[in-house]
Amino acid sequence: MPNRLKSWALMLPGLGWLVVFMVVPCVLLLAYSFFERGVYGGIDYVFTWGNFERAADPLYASIFATSARIALTATAIAVVIAYPAAYAISRAPVRRQTALLVLVMLPFWSNYLIRTYAWIVLLNREGLINRALSALGLVDQPVPMLYNEFAVVTGLVYNYLPFVILTVYSSIQRLNPEVLEASEDLGAPAWKTFHRVMLPLTLPGVAAGAVFVFVLSIGNFITPDLLGGGRFQMVGNLIYDQYLSARDWPFGSALAMALIAVMLLLLFAQALAVKRAEEKGVQDA
Amino acid sequence: MRNLALGLHLRLVYLFLYGPILVLMVLSLNRAGMPTAWTGLSFKWYARLAESGPIVQSALNTLIVGVSSTVIATVLGTLLALGVENRRRSGALDAMLFAPMIIPDIVLAIALLSFYTALEWTLGLYSIILSHVVFNIAFVCAVVRTRLRSFDYSIVEASADLGATDLTTFRRVTLPVIFPGVLAGALLAFTLSIDEFIIAYFTAGAGQGSTTLPMQIYAMIRFGVTPEINAMATIIMGVSFALVLVSQRLNKGAMPGQ
Repeated sequence: MPNRLKSWALMLPGLGWLVVFMVVPCVLLLAYSFFERGVYGGIDYVFTWGNFERAADPLYASIFATSARIALTATAIAVVIAYPAAYAISRAPVRRQTALLVLVMLPFWSNYLIRTYAWIVLLNREGLINRALSALGLVDQPVPMLYNEFAVVTGLVYNYLPFVILTVYSSIQRLNPEVLEASEDLGAPAWKTFHRVMLPLTLPGVAAGAVFVFVLSIGNFITPDLLGGGRFQMVGNLIYDQYLSARDWPFGSALAMALIAVMLLLLFAQALAVKRAEEKGVQDA
Repeated sequence: MRNLALGLHLRLVYLFLYGPILVLMVLSLNRAGMPTAWTGLSFKWYARLAESGPIVQSALNTLIVGVSSTVIATVLGTLLALGVENRRRSGALDAMLFAPMIIPDIVLAIALLSFYTALEWTLGLYSIILSHVVFNIAFVCAVVRTRLRSFDYSIVEASADLGATDLTTFRRVTLPVIFPGVLAGALLAFTLSIDEFIIAYFTAGAGQGSTTLPMQIYAMIRFGVTPEINAMATIIMGVSFALVLVSQRLNKGAMPGQ
């Protein structure tokens, strides 16, 4: 059998599965977003732009804005924590680096719900952190730390930090150490070497990690649900409600499409930025 | 000074990552089960888990879903990886293989629910399995592809030159070489599948019989803080960590970014 045919034959069952159980359902979702809602839920097959107009309504647009703000905050905090951590790992003895990275990734591969639940235990009024604070005499009243934006951001940072550490680490790893030495030899102070040499060269890795956290955070539903206590909504919760409570599937689909559009735009921008950085790198070299 | 600060920062990061998990593990052994005070060592919360019918049933369901979707996805994902690595790079193909890993769970969940409803299927454990295979294929394929990048295709040519059929070459040459990668992919797929919640929640249908463990946990958490969750968390963490460590050992370099 010719090679081309052979590789298609190998790919067929897997690709077929993805087409039937991913592409077709997503296309169906796209189609639903242009139909009207039936009287008793369900779909009325009448074309309309109404769902998207409604999604752009200030009420819903503000939920998108809140989600973006929370996702952005979580992303910024994760990057600030992750960068020095990744740098510290890259400076460790080579033999220990793999172990340190596995330790970073390990929590990520365990149950998301349970990791989120752990923060309920830590942050609630009777929780460990409040008890510690009052035992130390720092507060008289329990500090409300749960069921607010602080809790949601904490949960998101906690769950996605490992990925940022990993992406930043791999871009630091790719860095040519001679460039840093050259900068130091030329008399640049450490902060300047970092600011002018290291940071720009590792920016693609930072961007990859940041986009990852942002994308996962903005569509998140469990963290705002459990740690936000349902007091404020993010896009994920809104989609969930439209599907399971309001039973307005067309509107839920439109919201999902809007979310996907935001994500694709970001991923595209990131890919473009990486490509530019690479081309620039080639020119410089 | 700088190294000292970096080292301290890294230690704090590990404390941040493992502190909450350790708290749950310690609490699971506390007689009172609550973070109020240590009231003595007890395994009663573990015993409670074993006695609870719904929890045992949902654990069983999770195993069924995890094993079935892993087996299907491992076969399809491995074939897919072999096919993809055998041809020129294609952006469209890469995007399709990457998509299940980045589409938000909630979006894939409602898409699948819409799809099954349009087909008027009665949902149950099988629809969760069909759905889990989607993202499991993507992960297995990604892990096996990493393995294949360092694969020396000249041994395949040698095998063909010596007169072996494609199937014999696959069985005797290719598979043994990539097997650690296949197994690592399978273990990751299994880990992801037993932990997955949102897609299962949407594609399980209304029947009580298709509740998986994460769905059970979600219900328990929403109900309030109950000490049994600590014991369950400890067991699940232990199982997940063991699976990932085994997978990591099997396929050095298969974890993303390494």
